[in-house]
Amino acid sequence: MLQQLFFGYYAFMIIILSLLVVTRGNPVHSVMWMLLLFFHIAGLYLFLNAEFIAAIQVIVYAGAILVLFLFVVLLLNLREELSLRQIAGSWPAAFFIVAALFITVTAALGAYVQGPVGSYSIEAVRSETHTKALGRLLYTEYLFPFEIASLILLVAVVGAVVLAKRKLRS
Amino acid sequence: MVPLHWYLTLSAAVFMIGMFGFLTRRNIIIMFMSVELMLNAVNISLVSFSHYLQDMRGHILVFFVITVAAAEAAIGLAIIISLFRNKQTAHVDEMNEMKG
Repeated sequence: MLQQLFFGYYAFMIIILSLLVVTRGNPVHSVMWMLLLFFHIAGLYLFLNAEFIAAIQVIVYAGAILVLFLFVVLLLNLREELSLRQIAGSWPAAFFIVAALFITVTAALGAYVQGPVGSYSIEAVRSETHTKALGRLLYTEYLFPFEIASLILLVAVVGAVVLAKRKLRS
Repeated sequence: MVPLHWYLTLSAAVFMIGMFGFLTRRNIIIMFMSVELMLNAVNISLVSFSHYLQDMRGHILVFFVITVAAAEAAIGLAIIISLFRNKQTAHVDEMNEMKG
């Protein structure tokens, strides 16, 4: 009962906060609601026994990505944007598409059959801690994707500098 | 015990809200934030699948999704800055240079 109540609170808050994120006119307000949303999602991850994921959700998403968003919003002078039309005129069509897709996805959930469970039960993960289990898998079985991820980040750093630079010296 | 369906429905709902925001909002920064919202929705479903199937691979995938989201945010915001420098606007209806 307590678990359902806990999940209910988080689900309710996540839905309300994501609606606030996409409907606010001022981007600064959207970023602030999104900060609260990411903390709630991190709470949901803790509820699902994923401590490390909850930590990087707070550190990377809330700490790095949202600060980057906030920097850009404050860097650009969007004062005259606020008076412009914020919502596309064809929003009922978008609402219809989204509602139809939601109904399709939730209807498909009924056909879900759970497969065989893996070896990382809650007790097994608890005995060696979540971070250690994740790290061991990441540095052995998923070492190559991990290296590719580092390459993606390097390309992103170089690309961001090149794109935001005023003019390339030829 | 909370059933898996609840998590998947929540994930689908957040994804649809993000998609609705991307389709309807005309401010490029808020459109970009809607994309982040959709990525987070997928992360919720990956972590819940991982928990219910007692497997660690979902967490690995979430790790990579967060990496790619960080790279995407850096590149995307750099593009927004250079667009704003040329057009002085963040309104996507004004950006129609590539229209044939």
